[in-house]
Amino acid sequence: MSTRTATATVLFDTPGPKARFRYRLFGILSLIAIAGLGWYVWAKLDAAGQFDPQLWDAFQYTAVQQRILDGMLATLKAFALAGVLSIALGALLAAGRLSDHLPVRAVSSAVVQFFRAMPLLIMIFALYHAVFPSKPMPALVLGLTLYNGAVQAEIMRTGILALPRGQGEAAYALGMGKTQVMTLILVPQAVRSMLPAMIGQLVVTLKDTSLGFVITYPELLYAGKLIASNSTGYPYIPVVIVVGTLYIGLCLALTGLAKWLEARGRRGANRRTPAAA
Amino acid sequence: MGILFEGDNFALFRDGFLQTIELSAVSALLALLLGTVLAAFRVSPVPALRVFGTVWVNTFRNTPLTLLFFAVVFGLPRLDVHFDNFTLAVIALSAYTGSFVCEVLRAGINTVPFGQAEAARSLGMSFGQTLLHVVLPQAARTVLPPMSSIFIALPRNSAIAGAFSVAELYSVQATLSDKGYDILAIFFWVALAYLLVSFTVGGVFRFLESRLAVVR
Repeated sequence: MSTRTATATVLFDTPGPKARFRYRLFGILSLIAIAGLGWYVWAKLDAAGQFDPQLWDAFQYTAVQQRILDGMLATLKAFALAGVLSIALGALLAAGRLSDHLPVRAVSSAVVQFFRAMPLLIMIFALYHAVFPSKPMPALVLGLTLYNGAVQAEIMRTGILALPRGQGEAAYALGMGKTQVMTLILVPQAVRSMLPAMIGQLVVTLKDTSLGFVITYPELLYAGKLIASNSTGYPYIPVVIVVGTLYIGLCLALTGLAKWLEARGRRGANRRTPAAA
Repeated sequence: MGILFEGDNFALFRDGFLQTIELSAVSALLALLLGTVLAAFRVSPVPALRVFGTVWVNTFRNTPLTLLFFAVVFGLPRLDVHFDNFTLAVIALSAYTGSFVCEVLRAGINTVPFGQAEAARSLGMSFGQTLLHVVLPQAARTVLPPMSSIFIALPRNSAIAGAFSVAELYSVQATLSDKGYDILAIFFWVALAYLLVSFTVGGVFRFLESRLAVVR
């Protein structure tokens, strides 16, 4: 049973002959149940004519393909801008929250708390109507930046606080100033442990770009809606399948990057993770 | 700031607020249920169930909630499945949140000391008994902080339902904005309502944490 994960072995014994038989029985039963579920969904889709080649025809037209590609590019553009800006804002707010000066600390704490508690959609809508009328792109990017920046700030702050106290103390004892301690000692160590969480938040940023749909920013989902409502037979379900696959692929790629970095950060005895600290 | 008390704005706002709370509460219950079942699948000794749980969670965690709403609101009627918009919103929200609950629970199960499950097993408890009576009650305590961020996020996420014709706070904001009121004044009240919900949920979880805390 060397292939068992840690979780699995805690919860159940290495199965004997009887248990193995029982597990196999459960396995077969659940396979049948899952297959039944899959078949039901398939039959339902088929009965509604969703596998009609006519419904999927639209995806063969270059205009439609171009539209999906443009949508994807618009999504990635908003994501790239919001991602970079949110990390910059996060660094600024985290520095503010770790400041020695009470007013700076109070203001940045208030900003972080406020934007973390606000629904992103409400903010984007308000920005779209109040600040950037008929310009969905800056409204979306600014909304994403404010919300995700606040979350990134918390990730960075906890990452820095999770470092052993001795690191900062030793640096102060050597006569370094606060800025030096931060930039030379604390941040380089903390970045390694907080990078997976930061990328995890970037995945959230990427998913949230789909809110641009509501304020008519022409991103992937909006492009999908236009395709669905303009093609023969209104292929909403094929569009959901195609667009969903694209989103899941993008997010899994980012998550994969985070996992790889995490595994890489654990390599070597000298590496610290927040849990170990 | 006085716009809330003009005409029937207050009734509109109140109904939207109650709808947000109702939507969040129903989805939270379903998400908790779904997440627990999925977490049990993901740690079970049956490989088929583990794979099913993993695929389900990865699909729903990586799909934008807006797309899920889009799928249930525009997709399900094409399959001749007809629900009112509130039910559709509950489906989308709980399917999305449930997968996050599952991941948090699974991480919590991993933090329960080995000895606990081993002791339970040596008493002759089955997988189901071990999980239900020994491991999950202890895991529930350690997962309270991450769980609280999920359930603080849930009312915020429920705002998206407003964009898909559920009359909750976001749609109140949109309606009042259409009526030509100053957007910042509307934003002030809506923001206040959401802050109230967030702090209440956060407070409940802090209370639970202090009540359920055990010394390890």
